[in-house]
Amino acid sequence: MTRSAPAAGWFAALVALAIVCAPAFAVEPDEILPNATLEARARSISSGLRCLVCQNQSIDDSNAPLARDLRVLVRERLKAGDTDAQVMQFVEDRYGEFVLLRPAFNAHTLLLWLAPLVVLLGAVWIGVRALAYRRPQAAAAPALTIAEEEKLRALLSDEKERTTD
Amino acid sequence: MIVEIGHFALVLALLVAVFQMVVPAWGAHVRDRELMATAEPAALCQLGLLIVAFLSLINAHVSSDFSVANVVANSHSTKPLIYRISGVWGNHEGSMVLWVLILALFGGAVAAFGRNLPPTLKANVLAVQASIAVAFILFILFTSNPFLRVDPPPADGNGLNPILQDPALAFHPPFLYTGYVGFSIAYSFAIAALLEGRLDPAWARWVRPWTLLAWMCLTIGIAMGSWWAYYELGWGGFWFWDPVENASLMPWLAGTALLHSSLVMEKRDALKVWTILLAILTFSLSLMGTFLVRSGVLTSVHAFAVDPRRGVFILAILSLFTGGGLALYAWRARELRQGGLFAPISREGALVLNNILLTTACATVLIGTLYPLLLESLTGAKISVGPPYFNLTFGPLVVPLLLALPFGPLLAWKRGDILGAAQRLMFAALLAVVVLAIALATLYRGPILAPFGLAMGVFVMAGAVSDLAYRARLGSVPLAETWRRLKSQPRSAFGSALAHFGMGMLVVGLVATSAYREELIRVMKPGEEASIAGYTVAFRGVAPATGPNYREVVGLFDIARGETAVTRLEPSKRIYDMPPQPTTEAGIHAAWRGDLYVVLGDAQTGGGYAVRIFFNPLVRFIWIGALVMFFGGGVSLSDRRLRVGAPGRARRLPAAAPAE
Repeated sequence: MTRSAPAAGWFAALVALAIVCAPAFAVEPDEILPNATLEARARSISSGLRCLVCQNQSIDDSNAPLARDLRVLVRERLKAGDTDAQVMQFVEDRYGEFVLLRPAFNAHTLLLWLAPLVVLLGAVWIGVRALAYRRPQAAAAPALTIAEEEKLRALLSDEKERTTD
Repeated sequence: MIVEIGHFALVLALLVAVFQMVVPAWGAHVRDRELMATAEPAALCQLGLLIVAFLSLINAHVSSDFSVANVVANSHSTKPLIYRISGVWGNHEGSMVLWVLILALFGGAVAAFGRNLPPTLKANVLAVQASIAVAFILFILFTSNPFLRVDPPPADGNGLNPILQDPALAFHPPFLYTGYVGFSIAYSFAIAALLEGRLDPAWARWVRPWTLLAWMCLTIGIAMGSWWAYYELGWGGFWFWDPVENASLMPWLAGTALLHSSLVMEKRDALKVWTILLAILTFSLSLMGTFLVRSGVLTSVHAFAVDPRRGVFILAILSLFTGGGLALYAWRARELRQGGLFAPISREGALVLNNILLTTACATVLIGTLYPLLLESLTGAKISVGPPYFNLTFGPLVVPLLLALPFGPLLAWKRGDILGAAQRLMFAALLAVVVLAIALATLYRGPILAPFGLAMGVFVMAGAVSDLAYRARLGSVPLAETWRRLKSQPRSAFGSALAHFGMGMLVVGLVATSAYREELIRVMKPGEEASIAGYTVAFRGVAPATGPNYREVVGLFDIARGETAVTRLEPSKRIYDMPPQPTTEAGIHAAWRGDLYVVLGDAQTGGGYAVRIFFNPLVRFIWIGALVMFFGGGVSLSDRRLRVGAPGRARRLPAAAPAE
């Protein structure tokens, strides 16, 4: 279906999944747990688990039958008294790291998690270095001749008139 | 016959583009004015041919010519006219024709209106534009030709995916493409400058209006896509950190950085080398967006391997233009003289900070988008990088950016006074603190950081107003004088204040709706009521209905606030005829304080319907904010200073030519 997907807009993947998943209704009334606290925990856990059918949605947003099964599974584990982490682990053990929308911090993802910080430090370093480079240059700039200084003064007073206008 | 004319015009356009790529560049090299001058008619001729090709394709779709494979695959005779037209760019092949058409439009605009450009610069710019056109027309002809016929023609077509049959989506791709492709001008100017080894503030002045135009279109294109997702996909989300969304966000972030750095270059002749690099990177990211979406690599690395023809072709184009541009940069950038000195605390310094944070944010999105693809192809391990990753990495980068934003316009060039700027922002800061206090005192639910996010958005909005107020000396001179000063401000000052104000609105909308959304999911039987966010939603039952190419079940919901009736919402479940596919249409009541959003679900076995009701507070601020940014860009574009390099006006304003 990617062929008939729309123009290079970002929605192409959404479209591809919407074909499988439409109409998107996701969490059905009969799934909801009577215990509000437990249900809130279930919602927050499901929004961190990726639907394996509609790949760019969490199971909380997905309408696919598999997502529904997973949502029910999450709720069953919660009812059985699991902690949030245990539920996550339970799902990950069965479906793999792929289901975690928040990638785990491990050898595979070390670069992923550190990269933004490294880029930021690099960018700051380049910025600071560029600034530092400028200053000695400023000192080394040749002094103005008398004629140039007069011209400059004339220009500046001109400018001042214009800006204070 | 008309289809063949279009096909032929596309081939001719390729030949003209090859000519335009070679001859003017050679002319610029040997300083032959006549050879250089051929760029202009060639660009216009290429544009004319591509218009013919595009119109013939539109004609095939509008007249439902099912002997054309592209029409069969994407159209249907019962489809309304507007979607037959938008269906032209609603598919891969047609969208690529639109891509090169917009490219040629920009090239043609440079040729027609760039009379005051130095001839060598203009010849080189148009030659680089043409080289992009050559690559993409070849791509269309060899891998994605929309003009191919089928024999025998079928009786009817397969139809366009119904969720794409929507007004916002009809115009989303042209805006998005105008944004992507518009950055090609900045790229071509950068390459031309590197080729010539000459770069002055006038360069930035010529590039800025094009970049601004591209940025405006990309802003509105992204906003339209997100608005569409919000009301059409039926769960009220508006941004998913989906790779395809990220593909459009990256050029936007880089383009925003480019807009700001070219400002420094224009005004102060500084950051030249960096601006050139940013121009190359911005267009490269646009190309990468095209690659990510078009190659199928996002669906899966394996899908890419199964049918690699298109993907490899675009990857080659991407490597050629990015790699070539960067190589040229590495080779020639040292020859560009650095100018313009400034202290760290200055307008320039603030814009450098803006660039550091924006490019890092952009790199973060890039890494998060590509990392799973690279990891899988290198190690086979499959991981997901979803919204939580971006919220944790992108978010912290945006916070300092937004906090510093109001200071930038209040600092002077060269050497600024941070305490003075802080003083001028006292009112904005005070307002933000008041909002923070009210939010902390009245909103008990939601994340603890959300009130701070709201306050930050208000700070940015109020900061933009403070900027104008300071420029007009509000409070320190009589009101009439303030008014006179305000009127005499350049339009670009209003433009940037508006754009920054819009950014603040967007932040407020994002934070409010993400943190304080209310939701009800329940089975409702006719006659039952539900209450949410002060509204009473009464379900009256369902009624069947038919549209031009679909049938639907419409739910009837009467909305009231207290005793007063507000409106009737009619969310529906539709089944389209061709392709037979269900969609949900949400019922939305929009108001300033937020949207009431009702979705009708399936009929339940025990009677009644599943109903999902949301209240999304201040959600409109997101798109209104984007619109305000768009108009801010427009106001800035109409500034006298920028018209020098912009279409048409230049000749009538000879006195306004660069004073340097």
